[in-house]
Amino acid sequence: MANKVAVHRKEHFNAAHRLANPTWTDAENARVFGKCALPHYHGHNYELIVKVSGFPDPATGYVIDMKLLSDLIQREIVERFDHRNLNLDTLEFASLNPTAENIAIVIFDLLRPHLENKLDLQIRLYETPRNFVEYPA
Amino acid sequence: MVYLTRIEHFNAAHRLFNPNWTLDKNESVFGKCANKNWHGHNFELAVTIKGMPDPDTGFIFDAKKLSVIIRDRVVDKLDHRNLNLDVDFLRDKMCSIENLVLGIWKEIAPALPAFVKLHCIKLIETPHINVEYYGE
Repeated sequence: MANKVAVHRKEHFNAAHRLANPTWTDAENARVFGKCALPHYHGHNYELIVKVSGFPDPATGYVIDMKLLSDLIQREIVERFDHRNLNLDTLEFASLNPTAENIAIVIFDLLRPHLENKLDLQIRLYETPRNFVEYPA
Repeated sequence: MVYLTRIEHFNAAHRLFNPNWTLDKNESVFGKCANKNWHGHNFELAVTIKGMPDPDTGFIFDAKKLSVIIRDRVVDKLDHRNLNLDVDFLRDKMCSIENLVLGIWKEIAPALPAFVKLHCIKLIETPHINVEYYGE
């Protein structure tokens, strides 16, 4: 029986953001998002765990070369988001609220085209040590 | 001597930028940390006091009361804030964690009861970078 294995690569990026719906009033944003809507931004050390699942290649023993996966994450994600303001500096969040949920979906969509279809992909993103999201759920 | 540490945390934006320098010089010295739109961190703050346990309570100082002091004097001012724009004790200072830890010491030390000795403030910016200040 073939053995399906999940490999995980951990990367991180440090970024500023704020949460707000631009069609709402300041009062409504404060009510829904609390301190996360403060106007001068705040920030996080985001920890990203990229999970790739598949069957190890009989020739290499790899599901995926972890160095290639690390390079891909650095190029597509870390270089876009690290030491940036997600609201102001990125195309992806120019009109999308940079909640952890949306960031995880964006990260998935940025990585998916670069991975072979036979591999499954899941993103886990820690916004703080106590709050993390997974996509797909 | 017994050392008691209370750990709190806050999430904040900041940038490293000297307004007296050119943009090029700031970028060459501070790299990505000079981004004009800020970046951010989950900061972890460890406040250590020292003393001997009180015979009646067994405490050096009630850790819950220490938490209230740290929150009132520091965390409530810094959490979900922009350290460059929103923090009174960092105004006109470079917003490095070195200066932040000095500022935090000056906020907490006077707020402690006279019988409590502040030993160390440790501020962790990332898993790879932290600073400590012992009040010297």
